[in-house]
Amino acid sequence: MANVISDETIEYVGILAKLDLSDDEKEQAKKDLEEMLDYIDELSELDTTGVEPMSHVFPVNNVFREDVVVNGDDSDNILKNAPEEKDNMFLVPKTFD
Amino acid sequence: MSDILSLTAVELAKAIKAGTYTAVDAMQAVLDQIDQTESTVHAYVTIDREKALAKAAQAQKKIESGELTGPLAGVPFAIKDNMCTEGMLTTCSSKILSNFVPTFSSEAVLNLEKAGAVIIGKTNMDEFAMGSTTETSYYGVTRNPRNTEHVPGGSSGGSAAAVAANECFAALGSDTGGSIRQPASYCGVVGLKPTYGTVSRYGLIAYGSSLDQIGPLCKDVTDCATILETIASHDPKDSTSMKREDTNFTEALVQDVKGLKIGIPKSYFGEGLQEDVKKAVLAVADKLKELGAEVEEFDLQHVKYAIPTYYTIADAEASSNLERFDGVKYGYRAQDAEELHRMYKKSRSEGFGPEVKRRIMLGSFVLSSGYYDAYYLKALRVKALIKKSFDDAFAKYDIILGPVAPTTAPKLGCSLSNPMQMYLGDIYTISVNLAGLPGISVPCGVDAKGLPIGVQLIGDCFAEKKLIRAAYTYEQAAKEVQ
Repeated sequence: MANVISDETIEYVGILAKLDLSDDEKEQAKKDLEEMLDYIDELSELDTTGVEPMSHVFPVNNVFREDVVVNGDDSDNILKNAPEEKDNMFLVPKTFD
Repeated sequence: MSDILSLTAVELAKAIKAGTYTAVDAMQAVLDQIDQTESTVHAYVTIDREKALAKAAQAQKKIESGELTGPLAGVPFAIKDNMCTEGMLTTCSSKILSNFVPTFSSEAVLNLEKAGAVIIGKTNMDEFAMGSTTETSYYGVTRNPRNTEHVPGGSSGGSAAAVAANECFAALGSDTGGSIRQPASYCGVVGLKPTYGTVSRYGLIAYGSSLDQIGPLCKDVTDCATILETIASHDPKDSTSMKREDTNFTEALVQDVKGLKIGIPKSYFGEGLQEDVKKAVLAVADKLKELGAEVEEFDLQHVKYAIPTYYTIADAEASSNLERFDGVKYGYRAQDAEELHRMYKKSRSEGFGPEVKRRIMLGSFVLSSGYYDAYYLKALRVKALIKKSFDDAFAKYDIILGPVAPTTAPKLGCSLSNPMQMYLGDIYTISVNLAGLPGISVPCGVDAKGLPIGVQLIGDCFAEKKLIRAAYTYEQAAKEVQ
């Protein structure tokens, strides 16, 4: 069963992925997705009724620790990595008019 | 001075302790070697000579004063460029992190440094560890030191190549679907992926968080056990880190495989496996049998479902993990984007390479509403079946033995044009990550072209000691033959 990815789907996935793809990239992405999904569809051969989805291989959950700051204030160094900063804050382009 | 480079990491630390060499001699020897071979091999993204020499001098002082006594004190190490290193550029071999200097070091690196190891620099890799050849790096390809027309493997190709070219004494890599074991095999060095949770992932830039593990790439099994013992720790900063009491891995450096039960999955030796590889890997099984192990073939279930399961889960996790690269707090920001959302998209589109975009797209798709159950949850259910298949196997066997990869290292430039084909090469390594198991790659010969072949030993969760014992026994026996 061959998967067909529509233009709308590629647009939608691009929005989810926060990627701006060129027209060529979109065509390539369609092909890649279709090919991968055809391959992934092999999994549907397997009957997984009653099998719990396994996100973690060990039976551990709810790992808690005290919420205490141990690494101190390093904002000067952290801001050195910022593309733009102002008054000890990250500066970004405007979000609305 | 040239023979200093032929020492293993553990031998070097002993020689430094004995006063035969200093830590500075060792670092200088490595830097001289880098001058010789790095222009061809290109194993590193970043080398910090001054800092490396200064830190080596500090280590030497502490060794002389008796403050540092461990088995890796004074040894020059290379670190894969997806582990944060305080004050040292950390790029993940991506344009989007081309200017990122972390303010902290990853826990595994700190553990090494506490033991007196000295960091030379950061090694090249596939961009965000997505690839099997180190060709998706934004900073150019790494060449296999054993034959420079060929790839070193990936994604920890720079680490494997640095060890093979004597551009370090040992290295750290990370393994999400084979990224330590496969380059180790291609470059003829030892590489181990520990049980999930053994080494803290704190400071490791995440690809597939449920699959990622840090581990050693090194010259022999003794170094491998020693490094693993050093970097393994329970870390409250990584909630998936396990509290293990049995991390004294060097105790397993014993020549004895009597009574060890080894299973060989029949399907690992079928179509697509290079004949030379098959022969060399089966010869290891014969050798271990001769030394007293019980070897038998068996049917491992669900093998063919591992690759589609892996790419669904890994890409889903990657699409979520890589959301953080948005050009706000660090890394590359696209110019002239006038509005915030445009800036996110533009920065990401210009900052990520094609393979990373491909995986983010697939991951976003399988997590999107309407497809989440059919793809993502389905893959998690199959993962449970794959884990069960291994549980069944380990009820009968101590170790599973097979190839690391279907072929030896491909030529440069042959893999990326067909990603699907490249993904199929992961068949023997990825199920180990899905099931959280430990796996080791040990050199076991060369093919007709002289390219290295590796054998993979897979253990049950927390059974690294069995792997180390079998690998060490084989390695010592192979040495005697030479």
